[in-house]
Amino acid sequence: MQSAGRQSAIWARDINKIFNPGAEEEVIALQGINLTVAAGEFVSLIGPSGCGKSTLMRLIGDLTQPTSGELLVNGKRPRQARLDRDYGMVFQAATLYDWRSVSKNVQLPLEIMGYAKAERRQRAQAMLEMVELGAFSEHYPWQLSGGMQQRVSIARALVFEPAVLLMDEPFGALDEFTRERMNLELLRIWQRTGKTIVFVTHSISEAVFLSKRIVVMSPRPGRITEIVENPLPYPRDFTTRNAPAYHALVAKVRELLRDAHDSDEAAG
Amino acid sequence: MTAAASLRRRLRWYLPTIAVAIGVILAWEFIVISFDIQQFLLPKPSAIFAEFSQQIRLWLAPDERSILFESSGATFWEAFGGFIIGCGGGILVALISSRWTIVSEATMPFAIAANSVPIIAFAPIMNNWFGITNPASKMAIVAIIVFFPTMINTVRGLTLVDARQLELMRAYAATPGEILRKLRIPNALPYIFSALRVASALSLIGAVVAEFFGGPRATLGVYITQEASAFDFAKAWTAILMASIIGISFYLAVLLLERRLMPWHASLRGADMA
Repeated sequence: MQSAGRQSAIWARDINKIFNPGAEEEVIALQGINLTVAAGEFVSLIGPSGCGKSTLMRLIGDLTQPTSGELLVNGKRPRQARLDRDYGMVFQAATLYDWRSVSKNVQLPLEIMGYAKAERRQRAQAMLEMVELGAFSEHYPWQLSGGMQQRVSIARALVFEPAVLLMDEPFGALDEFTRERMNLELLRIWQRTGKTIVFVTHSISEAVFLSKRIVVMSPRPGRITEIVENPLPYPRDFTTRNAPAYHALVAKVRELLRDAHDSDEAAG
Repeated sequence: MTAAASLRRRLRWYLPTIAVAIGVILAWEFIVISFDIQQFLLPKPSAIFAEFSQQIRLWLAPDERSILFESSGATFWEAFGGFIIGCGGGILVALISSRWTIVSEATMPFAIAANSVPIIAFAPIMNNWFGITNPASKMAIVAIIVFFPTMINTVRGLTLVDARQLELMRAYAATPGEILRKLRIPNALPYIFSALRVASALSLIGAVVAEFFGGPRATLGVYITQEASAFDFAKAWTAILMASIIGISFYLAVLLLERRLMPWHASLRGADMA
């Protein structure tokens, strides 16, 4: 078991997460989570609010700790992986620092990791060019649109070459049109960099379009209902959304989510 | 945009304000004349301006002296000294106490309570401690007055940090010192400057009012009380005008510093800084 854990990017066995254990307001956020993610894989976590998808992502990223169970990231404890700077994180809000220019924002992790100034500048510029914002390096965040800000935050997450990219509803605040463009761009970046990506979303079409596997979750208690393999070949582009296989998969995931919702209603 | 066009645009922007100011002064002059108000109740603006220009002449003349300008200088230094000591101390204590959450949580209620105390009431005590003619007695009052709002705001700015921004720092495995320098302090700057702007006005008020309780002859508070009791109201009002000019200039200087140090913030507010 442990040897499998060492080879996988993420290896979770029997993870439970209980908030306020023993108290009146005890919440079982996650129950019996088993998940293995291969290095370089693109995995989406999808489910209704309260299903624990963000909590699972935060456990992987060592932003919170499991109540019980075993979790390895690149064969290490999440805390060690964090100290080794294995994680790039992108949140729903771009979370840029207002007082820093776009380039300085992207350089922030490199500053903390002690890179020399020239290398910081050069790497930030290369990253910004990858997200097609090379001309905006001296702008300030407030001068950019929401979609551009989120691209800066992706550049910032990737600039120090972390092994794992954790994305928590990164395009949730964007309009449909921008979101689809960002999806294409993210796939392009993923294929260029080969990062392991864990992508939390509540959009079925986004999960199906992007990922290799879709982890469908349900609430109360938060658990994995099913892990759906996505046979659609890469590279994917805007024509992918017209393919019958794409629509069949969207329908399947929607069905799974409805089942989860119904059983939740019945239980509640 | 050409310089001339920019100037015209700004002029148009400020025109209503200038018009109101001129209107009020004219109405004041007109009311005093038409209702024949005694000069000790309310002097005419023209009388105040005449006295003011007389003082400027005295100040500029090589072998004359203007008590008004000497007083203004003395009061300004009391206010400025107290401002630096009080605000500097407030920021310093906030930085130290925010390093340990428990310390800032324990001290904050006292700071907030102290902030609601009319500290000017301590002015006679400070006169006893430092000596009535010693500028330190006025500086002490000013320093205490500005200390608490500065400290409270700085602690807020250092601690009210977006949770996601902190999580990013955690993901980078940043040390507490790096989080302080790269996140907490920049985050606190808008809070600190809003405190400094309030403090700039408070410091001059504190200095002048503290002088009402007694001080050297050449200070604005003493000047105003003495001229008022001598029924020379044009002189008293000229001193009030001087205090206003110093107060406003002080405030604007802080504002200028703020714009310098935080260009992103002025822009965020959508202020027109063309």
